[in-house]
Amino acid sequence: MSKFKKKKSGDLPAISTASLPDIVFMLLFFFMVATVMRDSTLMVDNFLPAADQIQKLDKKDRVMYIYAGKPSSRYQDKYGSAARIQLNDKFAGVEDVAAFVLAERASKRQELQNVLTTALKVDGDTKMGLVSDIKQELRKVNALKINYTTRLGDYLQNMD
Amino acid sequence: MPKRSAPEVNAGSMADIAFLLLIFFLVTTTIETDSGLSRKLPPMDEVIDPPIIKQKNIFTVVVNKYNQLLVEEELTEISEVRALAVDFLDNGGGVGEDACDYCQGKRNPSSSDNPDKAIISLKNDRETSYKVYIAVQNELVAAYNELRDREFSRLNPMLGMNFVEANRRYSDPRTSPDEKERLKPKLSVVKLMYPQKLSEAEPNKN
Repeated sequence: MSKFKKKKSGDLPAISTASLPDIVFMLLFFFMVATVMRDSTLMVDNFLPAADQIQKLDKKDRVMYIYAGKPSSRYQDKYGSAARIQLNDKFAGVEDVAAFVLAERASKRQELQNVLTTALKVDGDTKMGLVSDIKQELRKVNALKINYTTRLGDYLQNMD
Repeated sequence: MPKRSAPEVNAGSMADIAFLLLIFFLVTTTIETDSGLSRKLPPMDEVIDPPIIKQKNIFTVVVNKYNQLLVEEELTEISEVRALAVDFLDNGGGVGEDACDYCQGKRNPSSSDNPDKAIISLKNDRETSYKVYIAVQNELVAAYNELRDREFSRLNPMLGMNFVEANRRYSDPRTSPDEKERLKPKLSVVKLMYPQKLSEAEPNKN
C-alpha cells in the first residue's frame, strides 16, 4: 500500500554492464590486429637458431616459406624422427622443393615473380646436409634469394 | 534523515574510452615480422673459365661434422671469428692499383690485398649442426657490418647513425621516399667499399 516505500538504505546499485560489449570488441580487435596469421600448421619442431645481425623480412607477399626439422611428437610414430621438409601443409622430400617453388612463383603477381625470397625456417638441431640439399634445389630453379629465418638473440645460445 | 544511496555511475562515455584505447593499440602495435640472415645463392650454371683467385685473398672457414671450427686451417673458438675476419678484410696489403686507402689493417703482404678482392669461403659438412652454421654466418656478417659501420660513420659524421641503422631505415616501408633517396647513395658507397663476398661452398661429400 505504501506508495512511498522507503528504499533500503546502504545497498549498492548494480554495476552497469552496458559497456561490456565495447570492452569485448576492443579486445577482439586488438587480438585481430596483433596476431600473426600462420598460413600452414606446423608439423615439424621449429626452434629457430639465434642471430643478431638480422634483417627484417617485410612484405609478406614476396616471401615463400620452407620449413624443416624433426616431425613434431604426434607425427613421430608415423613419420619417424629424422628431420624432414614441410611444404604448405604436408611433409615433402627434397625433390618436391623445386616444384613447390615453381608453383609458388606462378601464383604470385607477374611483377613480383623475380623478387621472391625464400625463407628457410629450419630447426636449430637439423643437420646441414638437409639444408644444403634444399639450397641445391633452390639453385636449380633459380630461386637465389634466401633468408635463414632466425630469432633475435646472441649467437652463443646456439653453441650448447 | 535517511542515508542517500550512491548515485549510479554514468556509463555513457565508456564506449568512447574503449574506442580511444582501441585506436591507440591499433596505431602503436606492429605485426611481428620474420627476420633473419639474408643471403644470395650462386647461380647454378657453371662458370666456364673461373677466375683465378690468389690464395691469400681467400679466408677459409670450415665447420666440420663435430661442429668444430677451422679458420685458415687452425682450430678456432667461435668468439674469435669476428676479429679474425675483420683483420682479414681490413688488411689492405695490396700495392699499386690494388692499394686500399681506407683500410686500417696491418697491411700484411701475406693476407688480403683489399676488401674488394677478399673472399670469405664458408664450408660445412653434411653432419654440421644448422645452429652452429648460423652462428658462424652471423659472426661473419657481423664482421662486415662492423667495418661498414666504421666507414659509414666516418663518411657521414653528421647523420648520427651507423650503417646497420641506416640500412634498416632504408628498408623500412614507413620511411619517407625523400629520406630513402638521401640514404641510398650513402649506403651504396659503403657497400662498394666492403662488398659482402661470402661464398657458401657445397658441402663435402662423405
